[in-house]
Amino acid sequence: MLRDVHGPEPAAPRESLLYDPRLRGALYQAALLALIVVFAVAIVHNVAENLARNHITSGFGFLRDTAGFDISQTLIDYSSSTSTYARAFWVGLLNTLLVAGLGIVLATVLGLLVGVARLSGNWLVARTAGAYVTIVRNVPLLLHLLFWYNAVLKALPDFRNSLWLPGGGFLNNRGLFLPKPAFEGGAWPMVAAFAAGVVAAALWRTAAQRRLERTGREWPVALPMLAFVAVPPVIAALASGVGATWSFPQLGRFNVSGGAEVLPEFVALLVALSIYTAAFIAEVVRAGLMSVPVGQSEAAAALGLRRGQALRLVIIPQARRVIIPPLTNQYLNLTKNSTLAVAIGYPDLVQVFAGTVLNVTGQAVEVITITLAVYLVISLATSAAMNWYQARTALVQR
Amino acid sequence: MMRSMTGFVLAVVAAAFVAAQAAPAGATTLETVKARGMLNCGANGQLAGFGLPDAEGNWAGFDVDYCRAIAAAIFNDATKVKFVALTAKDRFTALQSGDVDVLIRNTTWSSSRDSQLGLNATGTNYYDGQGFIVRKDLKVNSALELSDASVCVQQGTTTELNLADYFRSNKMKLKSVTFAQLDEALKAYDTGRCDAFTADASALYSVRLKLARPDDHVVLPEIISKEPLSPFVRHGDDQWFDIVKWVHFALLNAEEYNITKANLDEQMKSDNPDIKRLLGTEGNYGEQLGLTKDWVYRIVKLVGNYGEIFERNLGQGSPLKVTRGLNALWTKGGIQFAPPVR
Repeated sequence: MLRDVHGPEPAAPRESLLYDPRLRGALYQAALLALIVVFAVAIVHNVAENLARNHITSGFGFLRDTAGFDISQTLIDYSSSTSTYARAFWVGLLNTLLVAGLGIVLATVLGLLVGVARLSGNWLVARTAGAYVTIVRNVPLLLHLLFWYNAVLKALPDFRNSLWLPGGGFLNNRGLFLPKPAFEGGAWPMVAAFAAGVVAAALWRTAAQRRLERTGREWPVALPMLAFVAVPPVIAALASGVGATWSFPQLGRFNVSGGAEVLPEFVALLVALSIYTAAFIAEVVRAGLMSVPVGQSEAAAALGLRRGQALRLVIIPQARRVIIPPLTNQYLNLTKNSTLAVAIGYPDLVQVFAGTVLNVTGQAVEVITITLAVYLVISLATSAAMNWYQARTALVQR
Repeated sequence: MMRSMTGFVLAVVAAAFVAAQAAPAGATTLETVKARGMLNCGANGQLAGFGLPDAEGNWAGFDVDYCRAIAAAIFNDATKVKFVALTAKDRFTALQSGDVDVLIRNTTWSSSRDSQLGLNATGTNYYDGQGFIVRKDLKVNSALELSDASVCVQQGTTTELNLADYFRSNKMKLKSVTFAQLDEALKAYDTGRCDAFTADASALYSVRLKLARPDDHVVLPEIISKEPLSPFVRHGDDQWFDIVKWVHFALLNAEEYNITKANLDEQMKSDNPDIKRLLGTEGNYGEQLGLTKDWVYRIVKLVGNYGEIFERNLGQGSPLKVTRGLNALWTKGGIQFAPPVR
């Protein structure tokens, strides 16, 4: 539109409220929210109506009923005659958390090693790590799982030809059986000693750090910390008499009784998840390390830092901010992938709760809703923890 | 990976749309099936004798022939069936959500399935019971000797619950290993992960042949439960319930009056009033069900009677060689007894 620049300045036109960007934004958001609410209400209403019309029982009352089925691995007390479906839920959840937690630790350690090895100057080491990543990453996880399960099962001798382990353990195709200390005096002195050890180790680390900053001299850190954590529980155990009595596994007619038992299903799932996820973590670590300019290594070398020190003090702190977000994704993947346990009969949450419980009670809507909510909570909690760690260790930049 | 997700996906679909397609307002299941031109039948895809597709994808089995008999009665064409292979875990959700019109998958009739799940069992087409199979070299002669044994079992079955009950009531210690699929459970047993494998006795005949060395295994004598296997339909459509129920009774009645594929056309000329009513040469009992007069003629012509179906899939005409036992007609010492068509 042309306007006579010399003419009298026209009064600023009063803009219609409709053109106020903030109001429009709010309107759009309100409309979207209303749409989502309507959609959600429609779904809930539809489900409730259809369930009622087909006379399918609904509600969460079933959680208090007796479960009546057996579970092969239970971290808490569970019996098919007295425990409820709610108890079965907790058993399944703990089994999921156990395999996911241990899997994350193992995958991180292995992934870190392989990721660093891929950047090694040693041709053989670098290529071996490269081959590991290429092979493992390109095979579906389910095949890994079946491979490990069948490899574990088939390679081990059957129960009557069990391998004897030094110290009174057994290994056969039913699992690994180890002597277990009987906690007659109660486990709490050990727990207390362990907690005290952790605190002491943390204090030592802070003190060593202060000394380094003040005087420029180092105290050893890793070994003393390990000693602080490991020694007090052992002393407490010896002092309180725990460990004086051990429960040894005994070969029975069919199975091993007594002692501690590690199921082959658990081992297969843990190994497959760790090895598979480690390949992805290795690539994340490699990308992170490569994101730090070469100049940083050179500068660290010029300052006289050894290679290990340069990695620990200069490279990794800078690589960490690149590594952590994709690493979080891998942790979430590992946790969610643990649901493949159904294929090999490991009693995780999906197998026990969204499997047997769903089938016995037939309450698909309730069971699936609970299961989805649990995985959501686990994933969000993992993300929150990783974000907190990221924020805490972020580089302070000017 | 996908297979293990099937249960989840089905369940989620059910969660959002339970029965939305199951009974669209005004359309009965029979109308829906006719309009589709195809019966969707939930079947077992892994159990030889009951339901198993061969290498060319042709389904065969006792339950499979029941699906065909229903299609024959409706369409006069036993091939108009789409078989949906379901695991024990997925089967009820698939039926509830309308994925299949009828579930005929060696499924045990129990009160909670009849009520809580919103389903109806239409009548026992196979009287079964749960048994155990063990390795011969274990020298076990009775299931009561299995205390402390590891037992492989399929998930989501009454089998899983009976197993825990049996061990508990006999004060035996159980180590069960549970798998989603029958084949996986069986493979684990075969590799020595378990001492025993448990399933319905009929299934034990069939799975034994799948083991690496069938002769090294023995079925124990104990039958620890009642497993009346029945087809299932959804609540809320009585006409459809009647049709599936009466296809079963028609098969039994046909055997009782010795109406077979071979002598069918002769029997059409019979003067026996029972046979005339059954084959539709007198009265219009088929039309009362929503089918045609000649519904039983169609079923026997295209599929055969109960005895023929049994012998072909499970009995002497099959590798399984299952004897009729309880499943013989009531006139021959069994308990299969059908109400009359009249």
